[in-house]
Amino acid sequence: MKIHEYQAREILSGYGVPIPHFEVVDDSSDARRVAEGIGSMVVVKAQVHVGGRGKAGGVKLAQTPGEAEAHASAILGMDIKGLKVEKVMVADAVDIDREYYVGIVVDRASKRPVYMVSVAGGVDIEEVAATTPERIHKHPVDPEDGLSLADAQELAEKLDTRPHVARDIAVVVEKLYEAFIGSDASLAEINPLVVTPDEQVWAVDAKINIDDNALFRHPDIEAMRDPSSETDELRRAREMGLSYIKLEGDVGCIVNGAGLAMTTMDVIKYYGGEPANFLDIGGSSSPEKMQTAIDIITGDPNVKSILLNIFGGITRCDDVARGLVAALRERPVGLPLVVRLTGTNAENAMRILAEHELESAETMDEAVEKAVELARRQA
Amino acid sequence: MSIFLDETTRVCVQGITGRDGSFHTRAMVEYGTNVVSGVTPGKGGQEMDGIPIFNTVGEAVNTTEANATIVFVPAKFAAGAAMEAVESGAKLVVFVSEGVPTLDVAKIYKRTKELDVRMIGPNCPGIISPGKSKLGIMPGFIHSQGGIGVVSRSGTLTYEVVDCLRRSGMGQSSVIGIGGDPIIGTSFIDTLEAFEKDNETEAVVLIGEIGGTDEEQAAEFIRARMTKPVVSFIAGRTAPPGKRMGHAGAIIAGGKGTAQEKMEALAAAGVPVADRPSEIPGLLKTALGR
Repeated sequence: MKIHEYQAREILSGYGVPIPHFEVVDDSSDARRVAEGIGSMVVVKAQVHVGGRGKAGGVKLAQTPGEAEAHASAILGMDIKGLKVEKVMVADAVDIDREYYVGIVVDRASKRPVYMVSVAGGVDIEEVAATTPERIHKHPVDPEDGLSLADAQELAEKLDTRPHVARDIAVVVEKLYEAFIGSDASLAEINPLVVTPDEQVWAVDAKINIDDNALFRHPDIEAMRDPSSETDELRRAREMGLSYIKLEGDVGCIVNGAGLAMTTMDVIKYYGGEPANFLDIGGSSSPEKMQTAIDIITGDPNVKSILLNIFGGITRCDDVARGLVAALRERPVGLPLVVRLTGTNAENAMRILAEHELESAETMDEAVEKAVELARRQA
Repeated sequence: MSIFLDETTRVCVQGITGRDGSFHTRAMVEYGTNVVSGVTPGKGGQEMDGIPIFNTVGEAVNTTEANATIVFVPAKFAAGAAMEAVESGAKLVVFVSEGVPTLDVAKIYKRTKELDVRMIGPNCPGIISPGKSKLGIMPGFIHSQGGIGVVSRSGTLTYEVVDCLRRSGMGQSSVIGIGGDPIIGTSFIDTLEAFEKDNETEAVVLIGEIGGTDEEQAAEFIRARMTKPVVSFIAGRTAPPGKRMGHAGAIIAGGKGTAQEKMEALAAAGVPVADRPSEIPGLLKTALGR
């Protein structure tokens, strides 16, 4: 789960990372008030779940409270990569002498957290990794023993050789790791970590992504979920245990299993069609789940045909068929529907579906070809 | 032969009285798996279908000489259960549970290396050595014994591929789903290495998906170390970047982990890449010169 920058700042602040004073507002006059309170230069930043806010005009410096109000007014309501800005953060803009990067990710290859620090702070770290990888210093952390003080000190000294500055950075390095572990993050980074001309250390921008699998033990972080960052369909899908991603094509698909769902999309493309979505119904299949899946897909005006591709394993095909029948009884879809059910209890499933006039297919290729053709005819 | 699992494997089921655990225990027993014990804390001393139940994995393993466990414990308690399994003395742990926190898996993984335990998963369908034993949730009846090894990051997509093999009359030595999470116990390379050594396996199907660089590493291993033919399929060539496609591990992040890169790496290692699962049997036949 992604959280907003201001929420990441709150978490880090709770662990004792030095963060310049900030407040979050949804009204430009409040932005003025906050800037007056700070009494020096401030930065006004859009709080949306996308990168590249600065380039999109969502981050502005303001010398005066009036300017802060004007910027907030311009940024609030702005559309950044399809997301409407509902909140801005107004923060004390500290003077910058040097900018560093410190961050931790779960590394799949070494199967442990990896600390990354770089003197090339303030820019996109992926760009640094791509162009000048030698400027990133990596340090794998033992998942059980954690990060030692000596490790933190060593990482800090890679960034700044002035002893007292390195000591302050080491504290941040350590606290960031504590926050990473404590919040079950998949990524936690401070970029930039700023050293001011008078040699103070501040975390100026913060980003934390949380491991969805661990949210059950962090109700406080779950409560940070921003409903406005999710479309209605996405929220409905998530609450029903469906994994849904909207795409641009016209063949809607409902599949069990993520790998098979991606493959179904690929095969749709192979037969000259375009998938309208990724939708994985997961391991079980109640009528409510099926109903929700069908509602979400038929709610997309681009969809011209629907393909149900189920390979029963843990999911039983007759359960899916019953769910489908219940869903269709509730509300006919009004679009051509191709059903392919195979695997566990497939025969029962076909019996259940026999009395309904549905287009069926034995193999995935056959089913996809039919669905693509039906979509084409509707177009 | 087969890899990791055969008819001699003695299995303990963790979470045996749960909804999934009991259902799949019965399916495994029906398939012929030698299930010798089960674990449900608080139900020690009871039985399920004549299978003795214990409170802890340690007790179950000691008493019934189980050398493998399968974990069906719900997400919140799964990591604890898997750690218990790894420390129980069993040498194979099939970790089926999904939704396990990644940092917990990192700790368990470290322990598997210290104790030399083979962990498969988490969030995986498990492993089947057709005709011998099934330690997982896959539908047994689509499988048949033969010379094709299958390794995959996915669940139902693996069944799809096995079904294609079945239609072409090609049996399997072992079929293993390694799981779709960012940190997993058994990698493509571990499995390829075992298939290379296994005298029943003639050729291997590698089923990958977007995200991470496991397929690229597998390609390098195949190029340098495999003598048996490998064919592959990569799911997610139409997946948009930055979106998590169901599996926590299936995401194109920072322009990395695309299907294109993986297909190129495999092709460069001499591995034919199918456009669709149904093309896999044909590629295998060509690779085997049939």
